[in-house]
Amino acid sequence: MKPARFDYYDPRSLEEALELLQKHQADSKILAGGQSLMPLLNMRLARPKVIVDINRIDGLNSVKSWNGGISIGARVNQRALEREKQVAERLPILREAAQHIGHPQIRSRGTVCGSLAHADPAAELPALALALDAEFVATGPKGARTIPSDSFFVSYFTTSLEPNEILTEVRFPGSPKGMAWSFLEISRRHGDFALAGVVAGLAVDPGRRSITGARLVCFGVGPTPVRVKEAEEALIGQPAGEKSFHAAAEIVSRGVDPDNDVHASADYRRSVAGTLVRRALLQVWQKLGGK
Amino acid sequence: MATTRAIKLRVNGADYEGTAEARKTLVDFLREDLGLCGTNIGCEHGVCGACTILMNGETVRSCLMLAVQAEGAELMTVEGLAKATGELHPIQEAYREKHGLQCGFCTPGFLMTTYELLQKNPDATVDEMKEWLSGHLCRCTGYQDILESVKLAASRLRGE
Repeated sequence: MKPARFDYYDPRSLEEALELLQKHQADSKILAGGQSLMPLLNMRLARPKVIVDINRIDGLNSVKSWNGGISIGARVNQRALEREKQVAERLPILREAAQHIGHPQIRSRGTVCGSLAHADPAAELPALALALDAEFVATGPKGARTIPSDSFFVSYFTTSLEPNEILTEVRFPGSPKGMAWSFLEISRRHGDFALAGVVAGLAVDPGRRSITGARLVCFGVGPTPVRVKEAEEALIGQPAGEKSFHAAAEIVSRGVDPDNDVHASADYRRSVAGTLVRRALLQVWQKLGGK
Repeated sequence: MATTRAIKLRVNGADYEGTAEARKTLVDFLREDLGLCGTNIGCEHGVCGACTILMNGETVRSCLMLAVQAEGAELMTVEGLAKATGELHPIQEAYREKHGLQCGFCTPGFLMTTYELLQKNPDATVDEMKEWLSGHLCRCTGYQDILESVKLAASRLRGE
């Protein structure tokens, strides 16, 4: 028996779940796919008094079209990103990136919203949410509120969700017209958390000469996913190609402030972040028909 | 609320009932309460893949689930592969022939992943096989023989 003792509830309705959270506040933990929470329980790094398992709640399990993009309910697992047609059609970058989240045996249980609420700074989905301007629907005792992605991630494993709120839905809007995306990460072993990674978006004018839009989000290099606006701005108006991508990569390497840890040094992570930005931009440029 | 619960579920086509503390993981329940010890416990935090089983047709880590969460579920463990007569499943045969195991500790997990992959994608490419196998650790074989086992199992299941 690995986890410490807890009281277990598996409410049948959202209202019931919210009542439990309201009552137990920070003593409680929400259990969805469990792919982050269960290891913490097994190792007793987390010892919540109360577990609120949301898997028996009706609803919360659909992928719907929303605002040119998609909305994803709290119980939707990560395999849905690979399986659902709408994802492939509307936001193929989510499907592409999903293959880097753990393994098929993890994605069968792990949920999209759970990974976002867990907010591991080296995880893929938080970076994708920030890059794609996702919005988060937090439902609490007073109803639902919407949190934009730039104020959702607060620090390591910390979001702006309150202890009495459930992340019931995440909404990814459609990608801006003409914008193409690329996702790259470096990890020691396939399926591990990234040492560093990047989500890059690029748009160019119809003559495919100069850059009209750019989005660069790095992860694994700070307490939250990091948008490097300085590098984005440096790209705008420049001709697409190796030279401008290299310049953006330099800005990223200088601009991010990663930690040293057992997996990689801060310097290495800075260097990898820059290299990945350059490669990702080249990849997007190819998707847009450039050479 | 309850710290202990009755659990009913199906494993390998048979009905089982048991009682478990809410904090008991599914793999512990399978081994200790249901006597199904074929599924091994390795790292207990989802990394090694030894405890991988099928739940409602999809591979999951049974160390990363509570037993109470499997109430009403349809599970398949490594015991469900061979026939009651003892005749091995073609996947097991292939692992044996291609030396896809040495100590065998990780094997039940590898077999279940191979099972789901080849059920859903009988024509899986080598890259797809590698992607699926990457969810498992083996410290003996160096993986190449496991890959060869999966390839052989796939061709046999396709009737080649």
